[in-house]
Amino acid sequence: MSNTAFTIQNLRFSYPGAEDMPDTPVFDGLNLTIEEGSFVAVVGHNGCGKSTLAKLLNAVLLPCGGSVIAYGMDTKDEKLLLAIRKRVGMVFQNPDNQIVSNVVEEDVAFAPENLGVEPAEIRKRVDDALRRVGMYEYRNHAPHLLSGGQKQRIAIAGVLAMQPKCIVLDEPTAMLDPQGRKEVLETIERLCRESGMTVVLITHHMDEAIRADRVIVMTSGKVIADGKPGEVFSRVELLRENRLTAPDTAQLLYELNREGYSLALDALSPEACAQTLAKAFKV
Amino acid sequence: MLKDITLGQYFPGDTALHRLDPRTKTILVIVYIVALFLAVSYVSYAVLLAALAAAIAVSKVRPKVLLKSLKPILILMVLTAVLNLFYTRGTDVLVSFWIITITREGLENAVFMLLRIAMLILGTFLLTYTTSPISLTDGLERLLRPLKKIRVPVHELSMMMCIALRFIPTLLEETDKIISAQKARGADFETGNLIRRAKALIPILVPLFISSFRRADELATAMECRCYHGGEGRTKMKELRYARADAIAFALGGALLAVTIVLRTMGL
Repeated sequence: MSNTAFTIQNLRFSYPGAEDMPDTPVFDGLNLTIEEGSFVAVVGHNGCGKSTLAKLLNAVLLPCGGSVIAYGMDTKDEKLLLAIRKRVGMVFQNPDNQIVSNVVEEDVAFAPENLGVEPAEIRKRVDDALRRVGMYEYRNHAPHLLSGGQKQRIAIAGVLAMQPKCIVLDEPTAMLDPQGRKEVLETIERLCRESGMTVVLITHHMDEAIRADRVIVMTSGKVIADGKPGEVFSRVELLRENRLTAPDTAQLLYELNREGYSLALDALSPEACAQTLAKAFKV
Repeated sequence: MLKDITLGQYFPGDTALHRLDPRTKTILVIVYIVALFLAVSYVSYAVLLAALAAAIAVSKVRPKVLLKSLKPILILMVLTAVLNLFYTRGTDVLVSFWIITITREGLENAVFMLLRIAMLILGTFLLTYTTSPISLTDGLERLLRPLKKIRVPVHELSMMMCIALRFIPTLLEETDKIISAQKARGADFETGNLIRRAKALIPILVPLFISSFRRADELATAMECRCYHGGEGRTKMKELRYARADAIAFALGGALLAVTIVLRTMGL
């Protein structure tokens, strides 16, 4: 049995309201566990609490009630703050707003420098992290001259240099062009598959969630679907009720079924979908 | 358009001067300035000028670029020279008409003053031309480290410098976008008197400030997520280390200062 990376128990959280305004509740009794080494995608609408969930995982935000246990450490314990953040790295939406230095390698070195790692060891970690995201040749460049996808990969390298066990990405592709999205997603997937790192990908692109081992669908602070991508996305009606769209492939198969066919809905990748169709229509 | 503004004054290169430790260069510039103010004679000025010329030659910065840097302070230089020319009392009168008398001492003073300011500016600019802003901040942080004992927030200041330098291009790009967006809505930045034009800047500055505050907030969160907790217990990937070249540079700087002092005591 694999170990759990995160255990969320009876989590309650609300953002304090402005003057005379009531608090904005986000979670009211959320329970969730995330296994170590898994690739989990969290999808949902804007304001469903998925970004808040990300920030609760590494103690940027603290629960109002219940608990978040990350690798056996309660996020409410202030003494464990650095230990938690060292293990749970976080990448945000806007790559521009998370790069600290104007030389790529200096930026990647930022986290290990904060942790007081020996200079020689930092050098090793920085080179290693840059190679893993495929940006080693750019180590002496200025970040503002790179493309969005490249900047986001630098941000990922900056987190990798901490040698975390888990990496949480909060809509890392939202501001990128298709090429940049592809680069970033491939990097993330490789990290999970090759190094066994736990990956929590927050996104609202269903197509990105297909790549994960497990998809969690959230609506107003509640989990409405949780399971393998094939299971979750074949419930097209449930997704539609919550104004979410299933991936194009699942939608196509679903519409065909409504026209009287009976196709399996779990063929999510374009290739698998094409095969299903070819079999059904015997071409 | 705005993006093309050169940042700082750094000219990347790989000369001996570029490779020197930023601390060495900063200290040497200070030594050089002290020497300049100790110089009183043609001989000492000639020595210092030769030293500067040698440093420029080593740096491979084009003299034309360097001379350009004197342009903004040209008026100040001329004014100082003219004032020195007319207001120095002396015995050896060269020209005299109406209420104006120009003495040999006055002429000498004017020339010295001109040289002193020009050499001072050139010396300091040579530092910024051959040192990247990042390593300059690094060097300053290390040099000022003793001030931590009297509670000067040295690390925080250099972190701020570093972030400011990092965000200048980002904010320039953003300003460009905002200007275009406001122009698309019919904002007019080019016509009207000075006050009107200044007022036209408000719709640019307000969004720019709001977005930089948002950026600052996000950056702070991202920094915390990467375990930033102040300068306490922090290490550096690239430790500044004095090398052989720095020792040589210090020796040369020391010799230069010694020569200037000796020349001064000899009255030359």
